[in-house]
Amino acid sequence: MTMDKQVMDRDAESAEQTHVDGLKEVTERPKWDNKVQYLLTCIGFAVGLGNVWRFPYLCQVYGGGAFLIPYLIALVFEGLPLLHMELAIGQRLRMGSVGVWNSISPYMGGLGVASMAVSFLVGLFYNMILAWILWYFFHSFQSPLPWRDCPLNLNHTGYVSECEKSSAVNYFWYRETLNVTPNIATSGSLQWWLVLCLATAWCLVYICFIRGIETIGKAIYITATFPYLVLTIFLVRALTLSGATDGLIYLFTPNWETLKNPEVWLDAATQIFFSLSLAFGGLIAFSSYNAQKNNCERDALIVGCVNSFTSIYASIPIFAILGFKANENYNACRNWNILRLTNAFNIADENITLENYGDWLNYFNTTDPSEVDNLNLKTCDLQTFLDQSASGTGLAFIVFTEAVINMPGSQVWAVLFFVMLFSLGLSSMFGNLEGVLTPLLDLHMVPSWMPKEIFTGLICLSSFTVALIFTLGSGNYWLEIFNSYVGSMPLLIIAFFEIISVVYIYGINRFNDDIEWMSGRRPNFYWQVTWRFISPFMLLVVFVAYVVVEAEKEPTYNAWNPDYVNFPLADVQPYPEWVYVICVLLSVLPVVSIPIVAIYKFTGFLKKYITNRHSQNPYANDL
Amino acid sequence: MLEKILILLCLSSALAEQPCKPDASDGYKVRISIKTALGDEAYVWNENEMFLFRATLAFAMRSHLNGQEFNVSNIIVCDETPRVTFWFVVTSPLNTSGLVDKGVVEEAIRKSRNRINSAFLLTDKTLEFIGITPTLAAPVNPDTPPWLIVFGVVMGAVGAGIIVVLVSPLVLKKCKKNEETDKDEEETRVKAVENGSTREGVYNMSFSDDERLTQM
Repeated sequence: MTMDKQVMDRDAESAEQTHVDGLKEVTERPKWDNKVQYLLTCIGFAVGLGNVWRFPYLCQVYGGGAFLIPYLIALVFEGLPLLHMELAIGQRLRMGSVGVWNSISPYMGGLGVASMAVSFLVGLFYNMILAWILWYFFHSFQSPLPWRDCPLNLNHTGYVSECEKSSAVNYFWYRETLNVTPNIATSGSLQWWLVLCLATAWCLVYICFIRGIETIGKAIYITATFPYLVLTIFLVRALTLSGATDGLIYLFTPNWETLKNPEVWLDAATQIFFSLSLAFGGLIAFSSYNAQKNNCERDALIVGCVNSFTSIYASIPIFAILGFKANENYNACRNWNILRLTNAFNIADENITLENYGDWLNYFNTTDPSEVDNLNLKTCDLQTFLDQSASGTGLAFIVFTEAVINMPGSQVWAVLFFVMLFSLGLSSMFGNLEGVLTPLLDLHMVPSWMPKEIFTGLICLSSFTVALIFTLGSGNYWLEIFNSYVGSMPLLIIAFFEIISVVYIYGINRFNDDIEWMSGRRPNFYWQVTWRFISPFMLLVVFVAYVVVEAEKEPTYNAWNPDYVNFPLADVQPYPEWVYVICVLLSVLPVVSIPIVAIYKFTGFLKKYITNRHSQNPYANDL
Repeated sequence: MLEKILILLCLSSALAEQPCKPDASDGYKVRISIKTALGDEAYVWNENEMFLFRATLAFAMRSHLNGQEFNVSNIIVCDETPRVTFWFVVTSPLNTSGLVDKGVVEEAIRKSRNRINSAFLLTDKTLEFIGITPTLAAPVNPDTPPWLIVFGVVMGAVGAGIIVVLVSPLVLKKCKKNEETDKDEEETRVKAVENGSTREGVYNMSFSDDERLTQM
């Protein structure tokens, strides 16, 4: 019964605290207008850029349809249990991440701080990606699209050499957008156009985020649903393009051999984990604004399944369009060969076609093989072009933009595509910022004279100022660092401690009681097994494997160096010492709060214990 | 004797045709791709088209070198292939055995390239003069880059939105205040009866609505 008493005391304490603050919290905790807003916000947070540009790439690289198996296994045994847990504790304890973990155990308060730190850092670079998307969106209103042609050099006799050697899309991305420096040590200066785009991105985020979930809830109706509309339009269009079926077959043909490679399982687990945006504290914040009597189990299942469905649904038009692009490149390659043959042997124009090319080539090989050799005909293989896949910014800004040039009505498709990417990213940004705002509000770090609007404005302004690093010439390299070191390992650590705290420190039985009280049903056998054993074990294995794999890799990065010998291939450079130190700091600093807070609270406890033993006051009753 | 004269005549006529040959130092090779350019509406390349070509080229030479009257006969064509490629050389009207310099021919063609292309409904890519690179079209540089215009529109809309969202509650508050000052005078009499605000005192937990505490 002492456990119940502790619960009552703790509840009383928290309630009293809130009441002493002037009846504000109990009556005024904001809440969702309706269930749909809440679900859409969680779905919007989970469904982000990764669903569009990371999952299709993984699917393609790891043997198409076969990848779905480790992916779905990871979803069932890792994703859904963690998701359900986060939504449940947020809803029950009605506080942001810092408050929740403080309530569960004062020693685990560091978890909340860690989540908040990671959310802030990820929000910094994520909005930079949105700024890049805005830049491309602004440029999609021109005819012809600016990334179609290389610019002319100074005396108009030819094209700029950097552009000629690589390609117009690459030049537009690396030179006209990023103006990237040859290595990370060269910082370059602030690129004013990127600063403008970043400011626009932060203003757009601010206007949706200005009053917390009140304004987010309104904006989410559009930002969460619009991507699905665009994906459907793209799906219909893409399936009518020639070569689309090649891309789809290539994507989905299962290659069962890849399942033997442990890296596939590791990537599936990490993909599910990062895709559901777990451990950011954003989901806890969102569910804390719910009514307590709400079926969080069903919510978790809905969010998890919609997220995976979106990934699969998005990969269809993406790969149809990539197949179209590969087909275009393949035909261009063969047409080049045909032209060479036609000109060399003076055949009448267009007598050699794609169909009879083979016959003509054989004929010439028999009659005049030396001449054919001199021509240096290219070997055109559709497979090679299909293999030219990319993920991340490479997919969106290089591969896809190239494909869009060849589609009729390219401006429309470019605009639609970039608006879709922007809304996907914007709804994820809401989660990141809520993961920062809600704990700060709950900790009462906001002075009472400051209205919420000013506070959110200050958060956006400070994020914008720090994120100006990414607008430097070397900004892209820094963004990659943040992406790899902040947005990966700390999250795994936080999630592992989260589930251990809930299951073994808070107590799984108590947690089951809470959920039964909230949703009316005790969690069934599947949840029990996954929470207690399978998910923590999987997280531990994934974390260890991830560290091992990363440690084996040399810390290098791909630099864009026009003076490189093998340009346009990437110049693979190692990180300088000081950069490597920063990388390690970025991984360690967010999670260092977990042990620090635990130790701090423990020393406080020890002090109290020792002073109480010395004072031995029989009337002191606050132990 | 007669045979020698015949041979000499043949040789001289052969020599006279020397100026135009493949890889002539003052000649250019032309490559025409009609089907690629026009598809179904392609015309057939025949003697008449060749005549038009020679006439167009004579026109180009005339436009460039103002004084000299070039004629169709000054443009000599040879080595025609089914691809539709051929070599041509330009003889000077002042001196029929002398060829016009390669550089001069190039300049003349560059000047009138557009007219030559239009005469045949072709483009720089489908009517190629091997060795004369087409001058690349200068890019159109508008005064304000279009992207700044879109940026301005978006930022303007967002800025206006932010101001509206920030200012609207203040405006609402002011309206309410005006209404309240009217109501206050009525309520002061009623309020005197109440003894103190509801904010004093400590909330008594034992009567809270928390079901867990009262489940026995």
